[in-house]
Amino acid sequence: MTYQAFLIKYAEIGIKGKNRYMFEDTLVSRIAHALRPVEGQFEVYKSQGRIYVKALGPYDFDEAVDALQHVFGIAGICPLLQFPDQGFEDLCQRTVAYMGETYPDRRRTFKVMARRANKRYPLDSNEINSRVGEAVLEAFPEMRVDVHHPDVLLNIEVREQINVYSQVIPGAGGMPLGTNGRGMLLLSGGIDSPVAGYMVSRRGVWIDAVYFHAPPYTSERAKQKVVDLARIISRYTGPIRLHVVNFTDLQLHIYETCPHEELTILMRRYMMRIAQRLAEQNGCQALITGESIGQVASQTMQSLAATNDVCTLPVFRPLIAFDKQEIVDVAKRIGTFETSIQPFEDCCTIFVAKHPVTKPNLNVIRRSETHLTQADPLMEKALETVEVISVGE
Amino acid sequence: MEIYLDNSATTRTFPVVREIMMQAMAEDFGNPSSLHRKGVEAERYVRQAQEQAARSLKVDPKEILFTSGGTESNNLAILGTALAAGRQGKHLVTTAVEHPSVSETMRYLEEQGFSVTWLPVDSQGRVAPEAVEEAVTPETILVSVMAVNNEIGTREPVEEIGPRIKAKNPRCLFHVDAVQGFGKYRLRPRAARIDLLSVSAHKIHGPKGIGFLYVRDGVRLHPIVFGGGQQHGLRSGTENVPGIAGLGAAVEEVYRDYEARTDHLYVCKARLAEGLRKLPDVRVNGPEGREGAPHIVSASFAGIRSEVLLHALEEKGIYVSAGSACSSHHPGVSSTLAAIGLDKKWLEGTLRFSMSLDTTEEEVDAVLAALAELLPFLRRFTRR
Repeated sequence: MTYQAFLIKYAEIGIKGKNRYMFEDTLVSRIAHALRPVEGQFEVYKSQGRIYVKALGPYDFDEAVDALQHVFGIAGICPLLQFPDQGFEDLCQRTVAYMGETYPDRRRTFKVMARRANKRYPLDSNEINSRVGEAVLEAFPEMRVDVHHPDVLLNIEVREQINVYSQVIPGAGGMPLGTNGRGMLLLSGGIDSPVAGYMVSRRGVWIDAVYFHAPPYTSERAKQKVVDLARIISRYTGPIRLHVVNFTDLQLHIYETCPHEELTILMRRYMMRIAQRLAEQNGCQALITGESIGQVASQTMQSLAATNDVCTLPVFRPLIAFDKQEIVDVAKRIGTFETSIQPFEDCCTIFVAKHPVTKPNLNVIRRSETHLTQADPLMEKALETVEVISVGE
Repeated sequence: MEIYLDNSATTRTFPVVREIMMQAMAEDFGNPSSLHRKGVEAERYVRQAQEQAARSLKVDPKEILFTSGGTESNNLAILGTALAAGRQGKHLVTTAVEHPSVSETMRYLEEQGFSVTWLPVDSQGRVAPEAVEEAVTPETILVSVMAVNNEIGTREPVEEIGPRIKAKNPRCLFHVDAVQGFGKYRLRPRAARIDLLSVSAHKIHGPKGIGFLYVRDGVRLHPIVFGGGQQHGLRSGTENVPGIAGLGAAVEEVYRDYEARTDHLYVCKARLAEGLRKLPDVRVNGPEGREGAPHIVSASFAGIRSEVLLHALEEKGIYVSAGSACSSHHPGVSSTLAAIGLDKKWLEGTLRFSMSLDTTEEEVDAVLAALAELLPFLRRFTRR
């Protein structure tokens, strides 16, 4: 069966009241954008509160579905049989053929669900239901009707056109990009931070990212890995500006000045400060991290509080209550896992103390920071030398 | 300033190599199997390269088989022998320090029911010819020993090993992985009783993706690639004519002025090794001077991880490799360094400097100066 159109189902937009048109228009443009690299020509349009994608000629079905599955705001993608009204007899014939081709094994229960938006149509919904059902049963005696738990829910919509569909391919969910501002993601080479960026972006948020590079302690390949991760999530999040901060001098200064068990906390406080400055410079309203309670020493409640202490922007931590395995599952689903586990050291793994503090005392940490006389100028220098890499189109 | 001392990983192509390859791609692009003139023109490149390779080893051109490089040559030599051996035996002999394209192939054969004897090496990475002889039995079908170790530059005594193998078991074949040795030594398979010898072009300023295997006339190999029957059915697939042409040019060029160039490399090597020894807490691994290959110097730096030192040198435009570049896909310990019994203190901080014909004494001095500057700085920041 070749489908020439898709019906796009969206979940949360439907309840956005007067802003609904804005969300819909954004989604239409995101869909059109996502389909641009796909083989074929498409028209994306709104009609009577629905969004349709129509292929204007031959196209690659799998590629199109894959592109649509990367668009936030889509709950489901329904391949659609669409044809003009040429009488009920024609509708029945086409629907029977559709069922035969879509379910060649035939051993399914089904239920017809007709909707009649065009009230001038000669049959009402109930009549369509029963007569189409009869026609299908007559053609395929192996099929059964089950009105309570059907395997196949056969939708027939009578509008200016007739729409027939029964399959719903799951979409990425969430809200269309650009409907909820911009966030600055602290992106390392690990498993968690790309997932965190994906999850926040899924709520309609554009993403900027910051990576802390520590040459010669971290290699060009470690940096390339972060660029690769940004590119993978950018298929969902749209283009990402990756801000690469040279963190070496600041890190060495902390290393030489402060007790080593406090290194990681102090380092993370400076990372947050720098990220926050970059966020403000780039119009972001929040920071995003991949932290999860208790995962490592720097992510205990006390450590998180000590890190959070330097932030005035809200810090979103979408993975905060996730188990590692749950994070890994998402990472595998969105395709970042294989890249994340490549063995290149990042700056967090190189200067770690054997026994870092797990319950830092905020007063002690703040006092340690007063010894860092060079930290402010080094931070300014790091901010001045940021390299920006644009990823994803 | 750019100083490239990673020539055991790969080299820059000679200008003559680029020229002949362009010619073979742009003008004489035919398929050597074609019957028309374009095919004949292309075949000429293949024949010429065969002659150039044969001349470098003093063997016959029909004994040269082109492959995709060192890895395929080693695979074909080992698997091809094993597949052709039949009832002759199921035993092979090799050393503990071979390149993965040899050792992994041997391991595969072990899984397939063959038995392999892995010979140890001494603290200089050298295998004892007597030990090889002792390991050979009437069932042994192949002995494989590298000419030059890729990590520390040890020259293995292949000239001594060959006759000993043949004295013990005349039917046993002798394979030499000469990927690091070709171009640095004059190798004479006939005198050394070598039956199979692997060479890769990109280690001698030729292109990547091409190499050859010397197969002594009379040696029966079973193919591992099947198809249109090119190269006597031993290696099917349309010949990589531009690559083959480039290989031929590189082979000829690399042995031009051989004595003078080798002398120059040994001067650079001595200068580098001597300078390294003067630095605090540094040891030089592998054989000194003419005991080892002219182009490889391996050194270990206590208290520094090799990756960090490598990247610090990189920032100064100096390119070297950590241990062996080929093993960078397998983080962990290098096989040769472990086999020569290097202490853990040194293992993690080992770099390989590998020079080429273009390396100058000034470059060596610049590298030593960079190290003298970097070492105290980097040693301040070690994992505590």
